[in-house]
Amino acid sequence: MAPIPGSGLAKGLAVTLRTMTRKSVTARYPDTQPELPPRSRGVIGLFEENCTVCMLCARECPDWCIYIDSHKETLPAAAPGGRERSRNVLDRFAIDFSLCMYCGICIEVCPFDALFWSPEFEYAETDILELTHERDKLREWMWTVPAPPALDPAAEEPKEIVAARKTADKLAAAEAAARAAASAPQEREDGE
Amino acid sequence: MNDVLDVAIRLVIVFAAFLLLPLIVGQTEHKVMAHMQGRLGPMYVGGFHGWAQLVADGVKFAQKEDIVPAAADRRIFQLAPAVALLPYLLVLVVIPIGPQEGAVGEVVDAGIFFVLAVMGIGVLGSLMAGWASANKFSLLGGLRTAAQLLAYELPMLLTAASVAMAAGTVSLPGVLNAFEWWWVPWQIVGALVFFVAGLAELQRPPFDMPVADSEIIFGAYTEYTGLRFALFMLAEYAGIVVLCGLTTVLFLGGWHGPFGGDDVGWLWTLLKTAVLAFVVIWLRVSYPRLREDQLQKLAWTVLIPLALAQIALTGIVKVVIQ
Repeated sequence: MAPIPGSGLAKGLAVTLRTMTRKSVTARYPDTQPELPPRSRGVIGLFEENCTVCMLCARECPDWCIYIDSHKETLPAAAPGGRERSRNVLDRFAIDFSLCMYCGICIEVCPFDALFWSPEFEYAETDILELTHERDKLREWMWTVPAPPALDPAAEEPKEIVAARKTADKLAAAEAAARAAASAPQEREDGE
Repeated sequence: MNDVLDVAIRLVIVFAAFLLLPLIVGQTEHKVMAHMQGRLGPMYVGGFHGWAQLVADGVKFAQKEDIVPAAADRRIFQLAPAVALLPYLLVLVVIPIGPQEGAVGEVVDAGIFFVLAVMGIGVLGSLMAGWASANKFSLLGGLRTAAQLLAYELPMLLTAASVAMAAGTVSLPGVLNAFEWWWVPWQIVGALVFFVAGLAELQRPPFDMPVADSEIIFGAYTEYTGLRFALFMLAEYAGIVVLCGLTTVLFLGGWHGPFGGDDVGWLWTLLKTAVLAFVVIWLRVSYPRLREDQLQKLAWTVLIPLALAQIALTGIVKVVIQ
């Protein structure tokens, strides 16, 4: 059936009129904060207690915006006659967010969970040099890192928790065995 | 002395309406267009939903440098915005808003003639601007304006003539005095043609070929800056007010309303004008721009035959009822 002439024109008018009666979708950003999705990539936080200065992040960074300085410290042998141990100490850790392209490779590659995404995004500066966030600032961002989103209802338990539970169970079993062993002789004494 | 005072007061009131109404229409356009597109529009200026946005725009325009291109025809270039704007002020003087003695700036016996002739001058402003700018895009815009003017003046005139035939007078208050409610269905085709042709003459979307910014930058206004550009903008919105007012007076019965009597006649006129202005904005939001050839085709193959048919219908009905 051929459409009625002008029905397209009327449809166009109807669409705009309907849109006018609906709530507009504008996000009033500076007045109200946006609702960011989980895992938003705002800024990178450094949990420096976990950092071992392995340099993987700095080497994997595609635009080389991570600067790391460190020195080695020698720890005296733990036991007499033992070997001295050397340890890396972090001197400087800086990310230049004027270069960073928010790919997140550094966070993926960190084997010690020292880097995290934070959803904070309001760190614009008037001087580009200020965008190089040094170690203390990166540490401060850690406080804004949200808890990881909950797993799906039927998901497998996270590996860390499985491992931790296994260890805890083993310890509990050993303790129970020890307690049993400690109480058993007493019983025997009572019986005799 | 009293006459002078009377004329002065009338002129001041018309002038105030001339400055105020286009601003209101412009602000409405900001907000209506925004909401029709799911946006909010201006929200900050003036505190409450950006009501002072256009005032701020005016201040901004006033601060800008007034540039005249070196190759431009200086005097024509500088004169063009005034030529575009002033005719609408003149038309506003003769539009009656109420049945009372003083509810019109000046009663002109040949009102329809006067209005159509003066509105034609407004388009000259665009032509002058297009020619005097010494810019290819401006010239293209000016020529498109000329083509559009030629095509759309005719249906506008024919439909206005139809109303004049029906009323037996060319005076605007005279038309309204003769008005009966059944004129609306009788003249409805003419009203549509008049309104559409008026839109095209104002170069409002979807008939904004002469200023098509994606093709010829801003047509005849490309080289304008600051206040002169603002005057062109103001002319466009004053044109909306005038067109809607005229359509109201000629086709929708002006101050006649279903209830309220003559005392609130001016309210009916303003209400009808406002509704029409809303339709103008609505059409802008809903439809894409017509191509130049589609524009001409619409005028010559649709509007003009319809206008002629309306005149024939008016004539037949007129003869039958006499």
